[in-house]
Amino acid sequence: MSPLFGRRRSASSAKERLQLVLIHDRTDLTPAELDILKDDLIATISRHVEIEPSAVEIRVAQEGRSQRLVADIPLRSNARRRTH
Amino acid sequence: MTAKVVTITSGKGGVGKTTAVANIAVALASRGQKVVCIDGDIGLRNLDVVMGLENRIVYDLVDVVEGRCRLRQAMIHDKRLPELYLIPAAQTRDKSAVSPSDMVRLCDELRPECDWILIDSPAGIERGFRNAIAPADKVLVMTNPEVSAVRDADRVVGLLDAEEKGPASLIINRLNPAMVKRGDMLSVEDVLDLLAIELIGIVPEDENVLVASNRGTPLALDGKSRAGQAFQNIARRLMGESVPFLDLETHNLLQRIFAGRK
Repeated sequence: MSPLFGRRRSASSAKERLQLVLIHDRTDLTPAELDILKDDLIATISRHVEIEPSAVEIRVAQEGRSQRLVADIPLRSNARRRTH
Repeated sequence: MTAKVVTITSGKGGVGKTTAVANIAVALASRGQKVVCIDGDIGLRNLDVVMGLENRIVYDLVDVVEGRCRLRQAMIHDKRLPELYLIPAAQTRDKSAVSPSDMVRLCDELRPECDWILIDSPAGIERGFRNAIAPADKVLVMTNPEVSAVRDADRVVGLLDAEEKGPASLIINRLNPAMVKRGDMLSVEDVLDLLAIELIGIVPEDENVLVASNRGTPLALDGKSRAGQAFQNIARRLMGESVPFLDLETHNLLQRIFAGRK
């Protein structure tokens, strides 16, 4: 069932666009609000442990009809910290 | 007899709710079930023309609710099948003429007398939708494999959960297998991934649907067309039969369905 090579078929754009739209419809969380949340999270966690702000990833994951906020926050290693 | 009340809704208009109600009703009635259809779209009634019963309306839903006639008097008997009835919507009133509790009361009165009550919900998520889902034991959400219809269906599924009318079952209508195959239409699997609810029917796009509504003779009456067959299958699944889905879908999907999605 996979589409032919070359031009991207429209059904996959439809699915991707819907995936994003449905997350926002279901959670009331816009991409802009998600960015603010991310900044807050980085600020809070940084008060306790050193992290790599540019590597922080935060997204809404789907499990059936429920949403889960997933954050991936890499810590700075000790070795790296000493070089500072 | 204790009827099961099934409401068909969609959020978006024009996805095929009325056609579905007419056809599922005919399919159930052709299996010896006693069925009463209620057109919940007050002010924009259409189930009567799709069923071909428009010339026989004397009383309507609002007449019953406001006590101008008895329930029985508003039930139009479809002569093609021994046990199929329609309670038409009022055409000259609006949705506020009926309340959700009116619908519950009316269905409670009907329940002992039939096997199925099918309610055709209007589009939208306002009063008419609330009226249509209030008495429902089971809600079928209909969508087309198309972005706006899927988005609205998702919204409706969420509202049904919030109202404790879930879990809803999904009917995907107007699927064009050739377009799916070439990657230009959302597949059944795509829609199920997005909406994450149980599937109860896949209805292929079929010119016969329009021909049938031109004539006022629902497709499922003869059952030879693909769409008519799909509606017959939905009726059988409602009756608890385990019916394989028409072979429009991929092997994967079949596996998934038989793997026992709840």
